[in-house]
Amino acid sequence: MRKSWLLVLALLLVSGTVLAGCGSNKSSSKDQVFNMNLTSEPPTLDPALAQDSVSFTVLTGLYEGLTRKDADGKVIPGIAETWDVSDDQKTYTFHLRKDAKWSNGDPVTAHDFEYAWKRVLDPDMNPASPYAYQLYYIKNAQNYNIKTDNPNHISDPNQVGVKALDDYTLEVQLENPTPYFLSITSFWTTFPVHKSAKDNPAWAAEANTMITNGPFKITTWKHGNEIDLVPNENYYAKDEVKLQKVHFVMVKNASTELQMFQTGQLNFAGFPTGEIPTEQIEKLKQTNKDELRIQPIASTYYYNFNNTKAPFDNANIRKAFALAVDRQQLVEKVTKGGQQPALGFVPPSIKGEKKTYREEYPDTGFMKPDVAAAKEALAQGLKEKGLTSLPTVTLTINEGTGHKQIAEALADMWRKNLGVDVKIETQEWKVFLKNRQNLNYEIARAGWSADYNDPMTFIDMFTSNGGNNDIGFKNAQYDELVKKAYATADQKERMQLMNQAETILVKDNMAILPLYYYTGVYMVKKNVQNIAMDYQGMVDYTRAYVQ
Amino acid sequence: MVRYWGGKVVSVIVSLFVLATATFFLMKAIPGDPFTQEKAVPPEIKAKLMAFYGLDKPVWQQYLIYLKKLLHFDLGMSMKSQYQTVSGIIADSFGYSFRLGIFAIVVSVVVGVALGILAAMYHRKLIDSVAMVLAVLGVSVPNFVLASFMQYVLGVKLGWFNVAGLGGPLDYVLPVIALSALPIAYIARLTRSTMLEVLSAEYIKTARAKGLKKRAIIFKHALRNGILPVVTYAGPMTANIVTGSVVVEQIFGIPGLGQYFIASVSNRDYTLIMGITLFYAVILMIARLLTDIAYGLVDPRIGLRSRKGASG
Repeated sequence: MRKSWLLVLALLLVSGTVLAGCGSNKSSSKDQVFNMNLTSEPPTLDPALAQDSVSFTVLTGLYEGLTRKDADGKVIPGIAETWDVSDDQKTYTFHLRKDAKWSNGDPVTAHDFEYAWKRVLDPDMNPASPYAYQLYYIKNAQNYNIKTDNPNHISDPNQVGVKALDDYTLEVQLENPTPYFLSITSFWTTFPVHKSAKDNPAWAAEANTMITNGPFKITTWKHGNEIDLVPNENYYAKDEVKLQKVHFVMVKNASTELQMFQTGQLNFAGFPTGEIPTEQIEKLKQTNKDELRIQPIASTYYYNFNNTKAPFDNANIRKAFALAVDRQQLVEKVTKGGQQPALGFVPPSIKGEKKTYREEYPDTGFMKPDVAAAKEALAQGLKEKGLTSLPTVTLTINEGTGHKQIAEALADMWRKNLGVDVKIETQEWKVFLKNRQNLNYEIARAGWSADYNDPMTFIDMFTSNGGNNDIGFKNAQYDELVKKAYATADQKERMQLMNQAETILVKDNMAILPLYYYTGVYMVKKNVQNIAMDYQGMVDYTRAYVQ
Repeated sequence: MVRYWGGKVVSVIVSLFVLATATFFLMKAIPGDPFTQEKAVPPEIKAKLMAFYGLDKPVWQQYLIYLKKLLHFDLGMSMKSQYQTVSGIIADSFGYSFRLGIFAIVVSVVVGVALGILAAMYHRKLIDSVAMVLAVLGVSVPNFVLASFMQYVLGVKLGWFNVAGLGGPLDYVLPVIALSALPIAYIARLTRSTMLEVLSAEYIKTARAKGLKKRAIIFKHALRNGILPVVTYAGPMTANIVTGSVVVEQIFGIPGLGQYFIASVSNRDYTLIMGITLFYAVILMIARLLTDIAYGLVDPRIGLRSRKGASG
């Protein structure tokens, strides 16, 4: 018996020594190391396949597109030093910098961009690029990308409107004048891809097969655990890069993330790839007021009305529900993250003609929430529907932080202000999405975030045939306005057209119920400088440094 | 003997087949697919993705294709993590769960048995009471509460440990305690009661009458019988710890397999759901087999019984 005890002891000792070899990853607060939580494994680091904020956050360090965005969302030169735009705004000519290099030392050329973009659009790419439609602004791109059941399919990639005129000149022809195209050229899907990707389809699944052109290169990718980036010595602006290392962890639990921040294991926590627990925000405003940051981002939280099904096929009943909501109370008492009440659909950080769109076209004219007006609208709606009272209404939400509390607050307001009984049904995420897409609901939670910095990223969602129109809204006038806005290059006219469309959507029809404009709640250690969060809420850490 | 083990193997294969079939069709019955998301992928692009992953075929065909691959031990590619194999994901992440689990098991058995013996030796004395209070606490405090508590006090407040991650050996301390608290308590109680029983047995009294030292009595004579119930418990405990550490792992930010299992279902990552389900099943079955073997080693009479069972 004594022998086996010794054995156990020996085992423990050996394993302890082995573990000691793994070393500790704790770094002093002075090191130029940026530690951030991704929460989960990035599904891919191939720019053509990426479509989620986790992958995007890592790609921001690894790649650089033709243009970049500064902290205010302004377009600044990236790999392209300058560009010319034709008078009809349909041809863009990018002049690339000559000192841009891949992490293996190869020069970054216009051919790399042509290859990357045609790769995204390649009808036979497998798996297909889910975000390929971000490039549909390019001439013939859609008809090249879609082969099945498409009589207009173009099989010749040379007809796609992107062409390297020489090593450092890239000409792009567009279908329509697209004033926000320079915002697209900093979008992750448009990042260049090294031509070696041709020979190894799995190149973006491991650290050692990735060749990138950004400020950093990847050295470690322990799947599901951690990713390390170090400066790319071939990057053209390597002097601007101060961090010696970017260390990403993947910690699921939000309160663990916060504690890692508090103890210095992380120097960034929260939005966009992590989360600050809602119930902690109030406390953190006091205890960590120099570190907690709340920034408006270009996303809107709203509820879908099923416009095709009674009772919400009636505009007055929809209006009643929208007017009966006290949004101020909702953001102050329930969501608590500094959100701004939403009376429209396009969030405040989206650009307009000169200022932001919301400054030029305020949402306050769309509705004046008020209980008396709500009651009146309900009475009117009931009369039109030949009803005396509303049956119990079902509000469908998905699992996830905060949704339930918001739903309960709203159900309470509707019960109190309109005398309507509301049943809340919580569904698993994909079940919920399936039901919402199939218009199998009465009222359903929704959220939408910008893909590019223009109101169109919100407005074209509710055209009659829009792929994301999951409210059953069909309005010929709306479609017409969007079509016109697509076709014109005049910014002022575009903004007006889109505002008219938004007016039809919200003020005239109340097809959706806007609740609030999102904020990104995040924390940055006091000694970390130059962290930029853009209008979308994506983080640029490439120029950050530790003081 | 051969027939006995042959029967075991056949039953394992049949169970795995039934499990694979049931999981496959249940999983396909849940609404949604890997490409359902807030921003709908255009239908034409989605059709291409479905075709690439073979999801455009009828379900029974998909099932047959899956079984065929399974026979070649090919668990396929993840549908969420691009170009990563299911077996690769399992190998990567199970490593963490396994290492943690082994430590927790060793600690549980060593500490639990030691506490049990102490309590039995000092029956109705202070040590006994302390050990049993600890045991009650261990059984009644859920491991995630204990984990969060230790994380806050020892990690955040006192700063003795990292609050999360598995960098160095110290990082194992808190999760191992959280995982082994319950089994320690259980084993301590189990050991104590059997030891008390054994210590009052005739042959122990004889040993004591012969004037043997207390320590010799305990370790040479009593323990072998006293530890038997612990062996029975060790099988299910091993399976539990190795497969069920997901909550504790999440609190300590440990990238174990459990979180992939949960995520695979919410992502409808079909191949990963199947792979992890089958993998866990195999682990459970191995744990049961090992228990059978260990039992036979500790108590030869049991080996006899199973042989009798096989011939009958």
